[in-house]
Amino acid sequence: MTGQFRTAKGGRIDRAQKLLFSFDDVVYEGVQGDTLASALLANGVHLMGRSYKYHRPRGVLSAGSDEPNALVGLYRDKARYTPNLRAPCVELYNGLMADSQNRWPSLRWDIGIINDALSPLLPAGFYYKTFKWPAFAWKKYYEPFIRAAAGLGRSPTLADPDRYDNRWAHCDVLVVGSGPAGVSAALAAAESGARVILCDEQAELGGSLLSDVQANIDDQPAQAWLAGALATLARHPRVQLLPRTTAFGYFAHNMVGLSERITDHMAEPAAHLPRERLWQVRATEVVIAAGALERPLVFPHNDRPGVMLADSARTYVNRYGVKPGNLVVVATAHDSAYRAALDLHAAGVKIVTLADQRPSPSGPLIDAVRDAGIPLRVGTSVTGTGGGTRVRWVSLSSNGVSSEPVVCDTLLMSGGWTPSVHLFSQSRGRLRFDEALQAYVPGQSVERERSAGACRGVFGLAAALQDGAQAGAAAAKAAGYASARANPASAVGGEAGTGGWLGLVPGASPVKAFLDFQNDVTAKDIKLAVREGMRSIEHIKRYTTTGMATDQGKTSNMNALGVASGALDTPIPQVGHTTFRMPYTPVTFGAFAALSRDGLFDPARQTPMHDWAAENGAVFEDVGLWKRAHYFPKSSEDLHKAVDRECVAVRQSVGIFDASTLGKIEVVGPDAAEFMNRMYINAWTKLGVGKCRYGIMCREDGFVMDDGVVGRMAADRFHVTTTTGGAPRVLALMEDYLQTEWPDLDVWLTSTTEQWAVIAVQGPRARDVLAPLVEGIDISAKAFPHMSVAEGRIAGVPTRLFRVSFSGELGFEVNVPADYGRAVWEAIYASGQQYGITPYGTETMHVLRAEKGFIIVGQETDGTATPDDAGLTWAIGKAKKDFVGKRSLDRASMKGADRKQLVGLLTENPATVLEEGAQLVAGPKQPVPMTLLGHVTSSYHSANLGHSIALAMLSGGRARIGTSLFVPMPQGAIKVKIVDPVFYDREGARLDG
Amino acid sequence: MVDLISARRLPLADVPPLAATALSMAPLLPQARFVLRARPAAQAAIGQALGVALPTLVCRANVAGNRAALWLGPDEWLVLLLLPDGGAETLPAAFAVAAEGAPYSLVDISHRQSGLSLSGPQAATVLNTGCALDLDLAAFPVGMCTRTLLGKADITLWRTSETTFHIEAWRSFLPYVWQFLQEAAREFLV
Repeated sequence: MTGQFRTAKGGRIDRAQKLLFSFDDVVYEGVQGDTLASALLANGVHLMGRSYKYHRPRGVLSAGSDEPNALVGLYRDKARYTPNLRAPCVELYNGLMADSQNRWPSLRWDIGIINDALSPLLPAGFYYKTFKWPAFAWKKYYEPFIRAAAGLGRSPTLADPDRYDNRWAHCDVLVVGSGPAGVSAALAAAESGARVILCDEQAELGGSLLSDVQANIDDQPAQAWLAGALATLARHPRVQLLPRTTAFGYFAHNMVGLSERITDHMAEPAAHLPRERLWQVRATEVVIAAGALERPLVFPHNDRPGVMLADSARTYVNRYGVKPGNLVVVATAHDSAYRAALDLHAAGVKIVTLADQRPSPSGPLIDAVRDAGIPLRVGTSVTGTGGGTRVRWVSLSSNGVSSEPVVCDTLLMSGGWTPSVHLFSQSRGRLRFDEALQAYVPGQSVERERSAGACRGVFGLAAALQDGAQAGAAAAKAAGYASARANPASAVGGEAGTGGWLGLVPGASPVKAFLDFQNDVTAKDIKLAVREGMRSIEHIKRYTTTGMATDQGKTSNMNALGVASGALDTPIPQVGHTTFRMPYTPVTFGAFAALSRDGLFDPARQTPMHDWAAENGAVFEDVGLWKRAHYFPKSSEDLHKAVDRECVAVRQSVGIFDASTLGKIEVVGPDAAEFMNRMYINAWTKLGVGKCRYGIMCREDGFVMDDGVVGRMAADRFHVTTTTGGAPRVLALMEDYLQTEWPDLDVWLTSTTEQWAVIAVQGPRARDVLAPLVEGIDISAKAFPHMSVAEGRIAGVPTRLFRVSFSGELGFEVNVPADYGRAVWEAIYASGQQYGITPYGTETMHVLRAEKGFIIVGQETDGTATPDDAGLTWAIGKAKKDFVGKRSLDRASMKGADRKQLVGLLTENPATVLEEGAQLVAGPKQPVPMTLLGHVTSSYHSANLGHSIALAMLSGGRARIGTSLFVPMPQGAIKVKIVDPVFYDREGARLDG
Repeated sequence: MVDLISARRLPLADVPPLAATALSMAPLLPQARFVLRARPAAQAAIGQALGVALPTLVCRANVAGNRAALWLGPDEWLVLLLLPDGGAETLPAAFAVAAEGAPYSLVDISHRQSGLSLSGPQAATVLNTGCALDLDLAAFPVGMCTRTLLGKADITLWRTSETTFHIEAWRSFLPYVWQFLQEAAREFLV
């Protein structure tokens, strides 16, 4: 097919560069510079979509991002299908494949059109009224039905193969929109030396100037001036020009979100480029130059393909070299449609009639139309259209008298202009209703921003250029560039014109007179909503869904307000306006995710011994951001078999475990012991150098926050360990107290978590394994008893050697500088070969400590357990004046006999392993809800003991030891005996090997 | 008796450096690192013992020879010694003598963190993929240093020339930092 509606010359397209593309599997030809919409129009295709609710045939309405009708899906490959793109915003490339949406079996013959015939039965609020009863039907019928019918377009089912990027940026002046006001603002700001970002959602910078072929700026054609201005800006080293970049969101403190589309317009996107980039711009000052949006006229069947906005038609002719039709009727309430009529006329399009609903329009544009010989009918409004999937005729009416239908193939309409106040409103700026303009315009600013040009109701080329230059200079000055001056360009042509209309056209029926094209809301629906009691526009909006589609009512909100105002007989400012929310136009999830996917979704923290564990078959588990070896299966072992073997090996000979992830904090300074006394419940003053203590830290509320072994390295130096997950918050809490409560203490905190690789060697053979490697420390039982720490060397490497045990066996924790971790690990492993040294993971570590009744903070405790609840009263330094949480622990409720306390559980059947989290009750036959007495916190099979064990937090638990309770489960209640939480080696004899 | 002192394995030991006109990236050479916290009474003497005056200007680094002190907080410095430097072993004792009892804290973090050097005309742009700071020379001049974020990792960032950044991170975050920058750099490596 060839483009029979293509003009012979003109426009910003390259007719020599032909592009083939398909729409609904029909192949067409377009040219470089086309959008999908302009290329389809060049081929005479207006029908581009079906409406959402009634499936009415729809053509392209506009030439910009306000397009509500022409939503298409774009297919590159199976994983690259993008639904709901607006055809006027899709740049054409060779091989582009697009399809229409919301139709079956085809766009032309769509079965869903039955909804249109049923439309009298489907008014606004239909769903609210119909799907109310019976209640059971909601889940079963109504919701599935509505869900199936809801949503536009389909999502791709494969993972997105494209890359997305993020960029943080700062500038003095961010200019949003590159029409005459925006370019002028950027020029003025750039000349002052300010750092400027100028962004525009369109493929080319220039805004309305790209569609202007009549006006002159500074004695040159507007587009020539634009080219010069952009070249000037591009030469400024401190100016960044961003076409294809939508300012979609305005956030606090002048943070503006921009979405840049980088490769979507390319036939073959370059692999090194991201598809899109999210810009997070922190601007000292913002100039919003977002322009204005043309309003449709509201009359019956105003949604028929072939009905377009007048100025959009002008854009298609002037910018894309496309005639929207051959026989055109123009209906208007504003002067600007005259300019469209003139430009189309000049391009050889026959204007059958220009109908102006105003009784006596006047001005230079009206004179020019008359001079051009275009038939003009004033006081005449459009009241209907006829035809099938394309307009064939329109009805006009004058003073209530309908004339003969006027035959045409295209109807252009203009209800005037709505300033685009979206971004301003997002910035929390207050809107003001301008009576003269009959429009909402920016009022009081909240952020450091200013609007310029049509988006604040300053219309006309010369005025926009001047307003923009002033705004740009003022912004630069406010950003600290004292020399900023406005030197606005002068313009001839592009006059503002007057006029405008809100709501239903005079003399037109509200039936099928569409306001919101995307959500199929008519003037009749608004009137119905008002009849049914809606008063606020916010209620009317929600009841009818007007303005709630993805276009956020860009073309419809003001008309809906007009209709509502009329129906309520209330002036517009009293009806109010709806809230503008981000994003201005849809933004992909990919842009928000940016680099945070796959391997970069989160840092995967690995210990220095990670690779050894991986090479030796470890299965890893995530602990926070850490990857920890969970267990080391041999051949076909599952988790339980491997853990049973590892547990027995540690107790019978020796095991080796990577404890590097434990948090470590070096507490240094003359007041170190005093600080420790205040932070921990334990007493530290008397802890000798070379000794360790198990420390417990509470929050201010008296509940256990963290625990860990602390070694005293010197009088003024402690080596503090924390839980793996607790490391950052413990350090943060310590810093908080130090900086805000005790700035007088001479003590400092340094995280050393990653300085040290920690190798735990546990089991009766632990000393035998280490002895040949250790230098400078006598590790004999007598010289180096349990809870000792010393500095020396191991395998020639400096070490802090701890004698500690989380397993109950003779144990050591070898701390070495992390870069040596793997080498020392391998040396210890080699030394342990003769004892069958067994690497074990976190699961075995958990079982071994549960056998000993050692708690894990966060497993036995849940943020509501006191030290006493956890059986740790012995640790409290009774003589201490104070410590964090002490006062809270003195509250009566913290000492109640019925508090949940740590106990052990044994099942009658030794093979039964309880479910962690299961509840404990007295009698299993009580009615539900039962009285819950406690819950299981840890539960394992113990290979060493030959039966299952569990720990629980139980109300009044210690007093219940020796009694039985029940764990109710779906399969029946399990009887459990309450026992002491220490299951293994209660005397602690094994600590000495 | 085995002696593994020669078996030191630096983070990023296996990554191939990246070299292009727009950008190059390479692991830092081995360094000794200390976190120094000190009351004003100890600062001048310690600076003298170090051979680098401790910077008091916010977020600035002082360099002398192969040693540097980076201001990280009002009483906090990151001390860097390019190896080999005998000070790695002798400085703790030297500081103790110099301070004459004035309170301070010195903690060896040579193995806690390491880093990479990012340089080239696109270095700042690539950093701004994940770093929210304004890296314009006026806002972040040569010699400026700070702790900040790169994507989801804490880093210490130090501008050592107009187009060169010294970046440090805790060792387990370094692979993420390296891969993040590599991914961010892709469009400039053609």
